[in-house]
Amino acid sequence: MADHTLDAKGLNCPLPILKARKALKDVPDNGTLEILATDPGSVADFEAFCRQTGNELVEHSENDGIYQFLIKKTA
Amino acid sequence: MSAEEKSMSIIVTKGSLDWAYPPFILATTAAAMGLPVTLFFTFYGLPLLLKDLKLQVTAAGNPAMKMPMMGMHMGLPNLLTAIPGVDAGCSVMMKNLIKKKGVASIEELREMAVEAEVRMIACQMTMDLFEYDKKDMIEGIDIGGAATYIECATQADINLFI
Repeated sequence: MADHTLDAKGLNCPLPILKARKALKDVPDNGTLEILATDPGSVADFEAFCRQTGNELVEHSENDGIYQFLIKKTA
Repeated sequence: MSAEEKSMSIIVTKGSLDWAYPPFILATTAAAMGLPVTLFFTFYGLPLLLKDLKLQVTAAGNPAMKMPMMGMHMGLPNLLTAIPGVDAGCSVMMKNLIKKKGVASIEELREMAVEAEVRMIACQMTMDLFEYDKKDMIEGIDIGGAATYIECATQADINLFI
């Protein structure tokens, strides 16, 4: 179970990233943030976001048009 | 690679609804990714700093502009784009699309840019030239000129002109 969940469904670029950045502020160090999104571009974007910021993209999956990401706050 | 070592600047020269998107999207995203960002608003980009945004698309300036309509993409013949009311109509359509597709409004992105401490510089020369007053602009902006921008650009890793 993630420490926080962000529902970014229905939001388009760059809102899922911007809202995730904000949500990460409330996540404790080494805690996790789960993000739900419907933007197909968010897959590449969350990978890039995590590489650049030094946070860890633990897993991501897609189910019925809903993309789920789990980010561990390591930065 | 540390994000803290990288920074970005953008010269913002266009102030229509469509052209306002790239600088604000890139600025907010770069800030979210840990980069200090500076936006320099000059010429027609300057009104993007006004408290009261009245943004429109200009069909006449975008001959390739097509919008989804009745299952296809429709553009306007160049001649029709000059008719009064066409820009206003296109702008309403565009704003409806933006809402429907979950795209942020420029007002929303600008607010997020302010929150993310994106540095925004209004070009002093443009303010004089087009008679804009600082009191009509949003709080927290800097005023500067070419040298102010150049100093910032020499230190930035990414310098864009939009």
